[in-house]
Amino acid sequence: MAMLEVNNLEVAFDTPDGTLQAVRGLSYQLEAGQTLGIVGESGAGKSQGVFALMGLLPDNARVSGEVIFEGEPLLNLPEKRMNQIRAARIGMIFQDPMTSLNPFMKVSDQLIEVLVQHKGISRKQALQESLQMLDAVRIPEARNRIHCYPHEFSGGMRQRVMIAMSLLCRPRLLIADEPTTALDVTVQAQVMDLLRELQQEFNTAIILITHDLGVVAGSCDQTLVMYGGQMMEFAATRDLFREPAHPYTKGLMGAIPRIDEQMEELVTIPGNPPNLMNLPPGCPFCDRCPVAEPRCYHELDPPEQFGAERIRVCNLPREAI
Amino acid sequence: MFSFIIRRLAVAVPTILTLITVSFVLMHAAPGGPFTNERNVPEAVMENIEAKYNLDKPLWQQYLIYVGNVAQGDLGPSFRYKDFTVNELIESSFPRSAYIGAWSFLFVVVFGVGLGVVAALKQNRWPDYTVMTAAMIGVVFPNFVMAPLLVLLFAVTLRWLPAGGWEGGQVEYIVLPIIAMATSYIAQVARITRSSMIETLRSPFIRTARAKGIPRHKIVLRHALKPALIPVVSYLGPAFVGIITGSVIIDQVFSTGGIGQHFVNGAINRDYSLILGVTILVGVLTIVFNAAVDILYTWLDPRVRY
Repeated sequence: MAMLEVNNLEVAFDTPDGTLQAVRGLSYQLEAGQTLGIVGESGAGKSQGVFALMGLLPDNARVSGEVIFEGEPLLNLPEKRMNQIRAARIGMIFQDPMTSLNPFMKVSDQLIEVLVQHKGISRKQALQESLQMLDAVRIPEARNRIHCYPHEFSGGMRQRVMIAMSLLCRPRLLIADEPTTALDVTVQAQVMDLLRELQQEFNTAIILITHDLGVVAGSCDQTLVMYGGQMMEFAATRDLFREPAHPYTKGLMGAIPRIDEQMEELVTIPGNPPNLMNLPPGCPFCDRCPVAEPRCYHELDPPEQFGAERIRVCNLPREAI
Repeated sequence: MFSFIIRRLAVAVPTILTLITVSFVLMHAAPGGPFTNERNVPEAVMENIEAKYNLDKPLWQQYLIYVGNVAQGDLGPSFRYKDFTVNELIESSFPRSAYIGAWSFLFVVVFGVGLGVVAALKQNRWPDYTVMTAAMIGVVFPNFVMAPLLVLLFAVTLRWLPAGGWEGGQVEYIVLPIIAMATSYIAQVARITRSSMIETLRSPFIRTARAKGIPRHKIVLRHALKPALIPVVSYLGPAFVGIITGSVIIDQVFSTGGIGQHFVNGAINRDYSLILGVTILVGVLTIVFNAAVDILYTWLDPRVRY
């Protein structure tokens, strides 16, 4: 059995203007030690889909479906039980380390509290382990810097602190929500290298959420492409890049600028993501799809499995896209 | 920190001087004078009185004499309470108001912040609605309504507590003044705390703390309380000055003999030196406690440095 199984996950938000469908019918599996990339535009439901696993959604969220992590169902767990899983068995890194680290607390206190909470060790011992972890994420002079506040670190260093914090208890699964989006390009590469390295050292599985296909290509075993809260395509990363089987995936690949070709204008997918308040009954991508047929506006075929564990959700045959 | 205090002191002097100047000009621009109401005073006597208080001199001379005296800590003789200097009046009344005020402030902080946090944690549920309804009533109920009602209920009807007096600040004499003083401030602080706490609990770093598996009560106390208190402290600094300098309503209704009465009586009597004296007192206190708030910020928010 897979380490993580997500079946038919639905996330909806009750808002004063109606119900917002953030995630619809999302299913995937992840094996221990593997890396799954989830890509899509803003508002595709990437983050909400993983926040749901950790029970981190706001009060007005409604979650249904099934999430099984190491044999234990996670959805609707009592808060107390969930707190034993958070950080201890599933770690999490967020997008912007300036706002997701507490600016009012010393880094040492933020690290120590994780260990004290989950391992019940003394603060002194926790400080030692925190220092070792800061060394592992290669923060220079960790012994002095651990007593600084987050704003005294640079962006890249802050994200290293965040990574160190999420790995303190050696979780089996690490969820990284756009871990490099807020960082400089050069720092991005360093952080991704670090994540890969630590993944091998600790044998951690990673769910990597990003809208950067370059990051996916470089570090993910499998990739899940999301659009409008739904899965569009799921494949081994190598297969996905070699032979995208969905018009949206193709569009995303086409939008990567190439340095070896002269181009007048950047290629984009025309149009905007759908309004999640009232999604059309058919395919969420139909408005922007270059090969959409009339029936795409009304209905969407169930997921089609083919090849080596590939899945695509599209009305058109593979040859037609 | 030391240079910050020096800089604040340097700015305080011109601030106080401006305060004195504006108050002095406004006061003399108002019609009437301290002795306008004295009846049947022979002209020669009136001239003597005015000479005694320097009122016969040109205004700019009066101003310079006054500022010179203030610089030496002398606020001058009261025009109305003829055997007292303003220093003596303040020394006898301000400690009473400050005593009532200090207790009121303690209750304001404890109950205001406490109720605000409870309301924020139970947002849009009955504890929130209860606290916010009570706070709304507390905010709109002026203390000149509150104070007589308290007397009516606890002193006249129930006879639990004396209706007024000071008696060395014994507990039963200051309970009602403290309640009357604190109520509206508690309400205001509860409202500020609630909205600020709700705002803080939506921060990304609170989500991080939850992802770390930290129990909710620890998140509130360890992660959210300090940032949530920043707007509360901004409000409490100036409010503290208002609270410890008392209120004319409370001094009148409870006969506490505090300093609050002097603000209004001084103005009504055109008691020039008393008006300026209490104005300077409030000015100095305001400057001191605004500086105290700024110093508190550095403790609350490590990003603030002076």
